[in-house]
Amino acid sequence: MKIALTVNGEAREADVWAGESLLTALRDRLELPGSKNACEQGECGSCSVLLDGVPVCSCLVLAAQADGHEIVTVEGLARDGDLHPVQAAFADAGAVQCGFCTPGLIVATDDLLRRSPDPTDDEIREALSGNLCRCTGYAKILDAVRLAAAR
Amino acid sequence: MTTAALSHGRAETATRRHDAVPKVRGEFAYANDLRAAGMLWGHTVRSPHAHARVVSIDTSEAARMPGVHAVLTHDDVPGRKTYGLDFPDQPVLASDRVRYFGEAVAIVAAEEPEQARRAAEAVRVEYEVLQPIVDPERATESEPLHPPGTTARHGFREDPRPNVVRAMVVTRGDIEAPADVTVSGVYEVGQQDQAFLGPESGLALPDGEGGVDIHVATQWTHVDRDQVAPCLALEPEQVRVHLAGVGGAFGGREDLSMQIHAALLALRTGRPVKMAYNRQESFVGHIHRHPARIWAEHRATKAGQLVSVRMRILLDGGAYASSSEAVLSNACSFAIGPYAVENVEIDGLVVYTNNPPCGAMRGFGAVQTCFAAEAQMDRLAAGLGIDPVELRLLNALEPGGRLATGQVITGSLPTREVIRRAAALPIPEPEELPRDVLRLPGGAGNTTRGEGVRRGVGFAVGFKNLCYSEGFDDYCTARVRLSADGAAEVYCASAEVGQGVHDVILGVARRELGTDDVELVTGSTADVGSAGSTSASRMTWMAAGAVQLACRDALEEQERAGGGEVDVERVYRHPRTFPLDPETGQTTGERSHVAFAVAAMRVVVEVDVELGLTRVVWIGTAQDVGNALNPVAVEGQIEGGTAQGLGLALMEEIQTRDGAILNPNFTDYLMPTFLDMPPVVSDLVEEPEPDAPYGVKGVGEPPTVVSTAAIVSALRDATGRELARVPVRPDDVVGL
Amino acid sequence: MDVLTPRTLEEALTLKAVRPEAVPIQGGTDLMVSLNFDHLRPEVILNLNEVAELRGWSRENGVLRLGAGLTYTELLHGEVAEALPVLAEASRTVGSPQIRNRGTIGGNLGTASPAGDALPPLLVEEAEVELASTRGTRRVSLGEFLVGPKQNALSQDELIAAVVVAPSRQPQTFMKVGPRNAMVISVCSLALVADREHGELRAAYGSSGPVVGLVRAPLDEVGSFAERVAAAASPIDDVRGSAAYRRHALGVLAARALERCLA
Repeated sequence: MKIALTVNGEAREADVWAGESLLTALRDRLELPGSKNACEQGECGSCSVLLDGVPVCSCLVLAAQADGHEIVTVEGLARDGDLHPVQAAFADAGAVQCGFCTPGLIVATDDLLRRSPDPTDDEIREALSGNLCRCTGYAKILDAVRLAAAR
Repeated sequence: MTTAALSHGRAETATRRHDAVPKVRGEFAYANDLRAAGMLWGHTVRSPHAHARVVSIDTSEAARMPGVHAVLTHDDVPGRKTYGLDFPDQPVLASDRVRYFGEAVAIVAAEEPEQARRAAEAVRVEYEVLQPIVDPERATESEPLHPPGTTARHGFREDPRPNVVRAMVVTRGDIEAPADVTVSGVYEVGQQDQAFLGPESGLALPDGEGGVDIHVATQWTHVDRDQVAPCLALEPEQVRVHLAGVGGAFGGREDLSMQIHAALLALRTGRPVKMAYNRQESFVGHIHRHPARIWAEHRATKAGQLVSVRMRILLDGGAYASSSEAVLSNACSFAIGPYAVENVEIDGLVVYTNNPPCGAMRGFGAVQTCFAAEAQMDRLAAGLGIDPVELRLLNALEPGGRLATGQVITGSLPTREVIRRAAALPIPEPEELPRDVLRLPGGAGNTTRGEGVRRGVGFAVGFKNLCYSEGFDDYCTARVRLSADGAAEVYCASAEVGQGVHDVILGVARRELGTDDVELVTGSTADVGSAGSTSASRMTWMAAGAVQLACRDALEEQERAGGGEVDVERVYRHPRTFPLDPETGQTTGERSHVAFAVAAMRVVVEVDVELGLTRVVWIGTAQDVGNALNPVAVEGQIEGGTAQGLGLALMEEIQTRDGAILNPNFTDYLMPTFLDMPPVVSDLVEEPEPDAPYGVKGVGEPPTVVSTAAIVSALRDATGRELARVPVRPDDVVGL
Repeated sequence: MDVLTPRTLEEALTLKAVRPEAVPIQGGTDLMVSLNFDHLRPEVILNLNEVAELRGWSRENGVLRLGAGLTYTELLHGEVAEALPVLAEASRTVGSPQIRNRGTIGGNLGTASPAGDALPPLLVEEAEVELASTRGTRRVSLGEFLVGPKQNALSQDELIAAVVVAPSRQPQTFMKVGPRNAMVISVCSLALVADREHGELRAAYGSSGPVVGLVRAPLDEVGSFAERVAAAASPIDDVRGSAAYRRHALGVLAARALERCLA
């Protein structure tokens, strides 16, 4: 089936299988593999995208449900080739190891800082509790979020 | 000293990883992000039974389904029918028998993933279900799961019993030597999963000349090639394995997953074939940490001097051997921890069962024994009325001392320094109530506002070797191409799995060549010799050694030639190791293990003793890291390794019934979230390793080895319970 | 497989009447897992995201009507949270922010899992479920609606339109036990209201029986209430916890909840 949606500010169309997730559509139909497929059950947050400005797990959105809606993925955050401040902070703080969780964390952090520009540590930890990281133990991610907020 | 509770200052000045920018932009190409024109999707038909005879396989219906290009079974494997990291005991596709839940039976390639799934479902496999062997204690009295002698003739101790992968004894001194006190206990470790976030995935492309290129997330491209080629009946050069982006590994990518399958399908169809496991399939797509049962008896003088240690270690290897023999050897070699003990008797056994296969996971056998041995040390301290830190200092193994295997420690091993510095880290004061539930046991669940909460402080020391052992010819190759203008290309197949080895390589090359104009060309078996495995805390050491050697020789050669372009490839080897004597487990040469690392950890927990829920409040650790080339990366390894140990202590366990995995998903296989991990204060004890380039040591494993033991030590302090099994269940804490 | 996306409730009900086998999807937090893991291949999926009537909430004469499409995020703060703090506390324990942004109260009812986090709070607040079809609407109490594990009283042609609840505005709390401190399916959970106005204690337990269960007692029987809650449950051993632990934990939770609500 055909869907039409806006992705990273661009009008896109995709021919999707009715049972597939927005994540699969983004990765396999729209050639935007930045959102990651780690668990496909909403437990890890690696596939986080903004759906009409709200962070969601794209693995739990039916591709057909995104028809007519606006999506922003990690690929859509950088502007004019410059890193988004959250992306820069993750790179600078050593918050990236294997990096598989990173796109989802960056989308979730961007959302947090837009809602709460100077979050407490508890706020950061709760806001990012749906993004699993298996490499870092989260310490450097906490540093990165503080760094992004400070900048 | 480097303390990193909050590393703002350092973060501001640290250089970015070379792959950080593509990773934060979402542009880094992981294995599962690869595509090729005309690509088909592969899918695997897996056994729903842990043990069954395969009576028949009917692929005819599947083959006729829309979009399907190939359905292959055991009969379609053109070369060797089995493979394996240490012993080729695992069928590429099951023939007459399946030995574990999820074993691959057939493979399918189709135009669309959904077509492949439907075709896989349409493959008719008739099974005759057999009684699975699920209790490792009874494996040696059960019917053999493999032909006799599958793992024999490797210099192991002879053991004629069925289902023995390896039996070993490490014995020294007089185990009956007189002592004043004895403590003993039985400890259990559940089955942990690596749970790397990027599930197994890869792309195989036929080269049109009978060969194949495989792009895959792996830990060792060359050993993949050496296992794949014979099964495809190809020469090694016809199989080129290329490292694709790796979404974490932790040991779980040492063994093959989809490599042979995708290659078979690609060669059969003449089309590129991609295979990508989902999370559920990933749980049966790789090996796990060995579940262990350990009996330990420690004897000491009244003053606290250890007189003897006896241990019996039983590891459940599951259905196929993988690296079980080496895991057992490590478990036995480091069983007693970094302590000097003259009289030792360690009896180790790893068996085949019909449980999920086990192999390498961060810590590699030392995690299980550290949990038991450190509990024993706490118990001994309590029995003697000696401070647990003092008891450990009193018995600390240092250079000049002997391992259980008789090897004299010649390199760096600052055990006392590490213990002292961890013990000296100041622990936080208890926080006042009321406070946000996020900072109480039970967290967001809102289960307590302070009721039932008790605080506990724990301590443990972890110990493990670096590099491969027991006479394995362990080497790393690097190739350097220097152009006339001094620009360099460095080739090394070392697998970057997130730990940062590629930055180590670039750093070494820049330093040795005196130029920033260095490009790293990674990860293909076609371009350079083997780097060995990204495992055993060896890759930084080995890659640094190989790149250093190749750079120095390249410069020398260029100078000799009076300039111009040079291209040199060099092989680096660490000091030679020797086998362990099969009867005594004593080293047969100067050493059986290359070098060692030690970590001590202090932990504060709060436990809701009425509900059995835990919050780890604070972790402080001092780790022997050699010369830290990149302190931010070292801290990252410590923090991440600690989180995995916390997971094993409190929540991570693959549960099985009759061999079938009951929780193959992230809803029920729980890993620590942001709210479960406390701040980690890392004190880096930097004593250069004399045998290693730049004095480096591997740093990834010690934090995982020590943290499970340290956290449970704190839980015991808070609850007064024995807690002899991990993960600690709420039931265990409340005493049900 | 086909996806139908109605734009109005009327259209949705017509489609459901014509295609009763259609599986509704709202936030997708349950259904998508089944699709992703190849556990379910429905013929037709009915996407309710575009039905405006299912969104939002309203109040009439002190009675709240919560649209089936109301998300947990929307239940966390604001007027609904003030009126139903027990539901707001439960919402905070649901998954992660991303899940709370998508997961809906109607979805929780539709799935009717004994582990549904919204169910114990709604049960102690004596909520009713409004079910709609082309035949009309009807209301059933939540207790009647939940007929078994993952089974509810919906007819084939019906959709969940709303939850209707008259907030007790009495002291209340929700607690959920899980082996990690966030992002966890409940091992067991408890909602409790100390309803002084009606002289009654009401507690509902989750993940401790085939359905979420309600226990009532007169306020003056507070001394034995925690035990009664634990005894009323019929938990089983499963991958998330043991029956013995669940029963034990329910007793602890009930005692603590009483302390909180009667302090």
